[in-house]
Amino acid sequence: MLADFFNNAPLMIMLTGALVGIAATLVGTFLVLRGNSMLSDAISHSIVFGIVIVWLITGQQSGPVQIIGAALTGLLTVFLTELLVSTKRVKQDAAIGLVFPVLFSIGVLLLNVYARDVHIDQHTVLLGEIGFVWLDTVDIGAYRVPESLLSMGAMTLVNLAFVVLFYKELKLATFDAALAKALGFAPAILFYALLMLTSATAVAAFDAVGAVLFIAFVIVPPSAAYLLTDRLWLMLVLGGTISIASSVAGYYLAVAWNVSIGGMMAVMTGAFLMLAFLFGPRYGLAAQELRRRGQARANECRTVAVHLYNHEDRPNQSEENDAAALKDHLHWSDAKAREVLVRCIDQGLVIRQGDLLRLTSAGRAAARAILEPWRRGEPAGGEVRP
Amino acid sequence: MLALLQDYTIQTVAMGAALLGLISGVLGSFAVLRKQSLLGDTISHAALPGVCLGFIVAGARDLGSILVGALATGALAALLMLLLTRKSRLKTDAGLGVALSVFFAIGIVLLTYIQGTNNASQGGLNSFLFGQAAAILRSDLWVMGGITAAAVTLVAVFWKEFKLVSFDPVFAASIGLPVVALEVTLTVMVALAVVVGLEMVGVVLMAAMIIAPAVAARQWSHRLESMVLLAAAIGMACGVFGAVLSAVSRGFATGPLIILSVSAVVLVSLLVAPGRGLAWEAARRWDDRRRLQGQQVLTTLYRLAARHRDPRYPSEQGTVDTYYGVGTQAALAKLERRGLVKPVPHAPEATRHWELTPAGIGEAERILGGLGRSEA
Repeated sequence: MLADFFNNAPLMIMLTGALVGIAATLVGTFLVLRGNSMLSDAISHSIVFGIVIVWLITGQQSGPVQIIGAALTGLLTVFLTELLVSTKRVKQDAAIGLVFPVLFSIGVLLLNVYARDVHIDQHTVLLGEIGFVWLDTVDIGAYRVPESLLSMGAMTLVNLAFVVLFYKELKLATFDAALAKALGFAPAILFYALLMLTSATAVAAFDAVGAVLFIAFVIVPPSAAYLLTDRLWLMLVLGGTISIASSVAGYYLAVAWNVSIGGMMAVMTGAFLMLAFLFGPRYGLAAQELRRRGQARANECRTVAVHLYNHEDRPNQSEENDAAALKDHLHWSDAKAREVLVRCIDQGLVIRQGDLLRLTSAGRAAARAILEPWRRGEPAGGEVRP
Repeated sequence: MLALLQDYTIQTVAMGAALLGLISGVLGSFAVLRKQSLLGDTISHAALPGVCLGFIVAGARDLGSILVGALATGALAALLMLLLTRKSRLKTDAGLGVALSVFFAIGIVLLTYIQGTNNASQGGLNSFLFGQAAAILRSDLWVMGGITAAAVTLVAVFWKEFKLVSFDPVFAASIGLPVVALEVTLTVMVALAVVVGLEMVGVVLMAAMIIAPAVAARQWSHRLESMVLLAAAIGMACGVFGAVLSAVSRGFATGPLIILSVSAVVLVSLLVAPGRGLAWEAARRWDDRRRLQGQQVLTTLYRLAARHRDPRYPSEQGTVDTYYGVGTQAALAKLERRGLVKPVPHAPEATRHWELTPAGIGEAERILGGLGRSEA
């Protein structure tokens, strides 16, 4: 039964994709919250340099040595970037954009020189092919387990352990680095550890999705989750869920259209982000628009209430406080005046007495809340007088 | 060398690289000054789906439609990034990263789609990833030249407006300039530079081509006019150098060579540019430190003398060394050369002793006076 499980190529591919997404989300969440997510862009490009160097020295194309090499390359990238920033001649974004192209260029040129007929060529370095993960397998006991699945599983566990163990510290360092420092935690060290894990994850994910698509898994699911919730743990869970959903949906779409599976998975993370952006319960565009409209409507009713209150029991009440006057005095169209009036009556702010519009006590309270806010809490006056 | 310059391919490549250097230097200067350095990165990655779409629409590797496609998706990604950061709680970095990675992923999907349809001429598309200068045709130069000319003309015509918007958008708005339109124009124009660089350095490395010439030029100049001209010159020189090197060596990707040469210029500029160079600053700081130590030693001798109520009090060098925890021989020798202290024998001790000269006393009082504590 387990053998069937590991021989099921589609399942292996989706599982690997989901693990890439989950491992990347675990570190990416904190990068996005810190506003440093473009560092993952720099890291994922510059580890090409690290991979080539480690390969030249040890001859190994993957495995633990490569992962350690990548972690060091990630550190080198961040170190060089901070070094440039510390000269105060270059802003941080420009520094990022200067460092990684150099490392990436050196990596590509070394590939040009030494790796003309080795399987890491420029194309796989950049793109990866998750569709082939089940080709490279290792035997564990009686089962043939895809190598990528194994390394991604390990990386996911390491990242998960890091986040669980240092959850409190990470939370504090992310949201209030100054307080974390004052309390004696070391936010800088934590941050560097996070970036090392990001690099290690990037190299583990390399065969599967390549350098550039990895960025999508680091940045997009956490960003989508960020649009959906204010709770850190929920953001991690939602990010993981989005990764899994993207992996499954991406796989089937890619097979249906015969296109890159890793690419399609990354596109799906983008699709989920757009959904969150448009329809998120609190920060989504639709929710914002609904809220805005609700407020506009409430304001219209308040306007009517204030108007009626101003002329209540005055000599000109009969000409001011009738439906026709709303149209002239508030410059509303017929249709709008009628619509607002119906809404006011529905909400129990206004009642009609023949032609006359009268405020209910709720309506009077609403008007007073605006005109005489200091009298809030006082009784709003008697019921409608006949 | 002359024979090299007469080679038809190399001429083409050199001209293309010069155009790229020109446009990315000019537009990059504005991008870097407006703190939008990484926008070039996003736009260039986002050009990939456009390249593929252009290819699909034209059905062949037609540069015109490919560039139009790249321009369209690049600009679209820039607008998406603006939309995400303005209309949601995402910060700039996440907006950039989302636009970059999702558009690139769409590009990969389209690329594999084209490969799946097995079009014979699709081989040329991979060169857009890293650039292949040798693939540039003479006819491509007209397209690249046209785009460059358009961008440079636009910058020249709206020079005053762009300058103001880059440095003080609030003031620009207050005198009635259409700030948003100008900013969007500047942003979208980065896509023009990216488009010109596609064949030369590819989508992945265009980021550096936007940033590097501008950063290097900023080191040497304090005025926008000279910075833009210099950035264009640096971009052109490095572009031509890297492209020709790649064309001659055959097999080395062009993009990395151009990027490495322009990055070398950045490094040199950061180190030795007059005024802002790090080497000069280090030298200045070294010099300051030496002078400061000399001043400290001098005032220490002065205070020792004052404490002993003897202007010619001979201080033992070992004592002074102990005060500082380091040897003060060099500082004392320098003070001696300036005639502020002189070595004196102090029998029966054999160790070195120093006393202040009248000039030294005057100097020490001047220093302490400057600190407002001459009574020490």
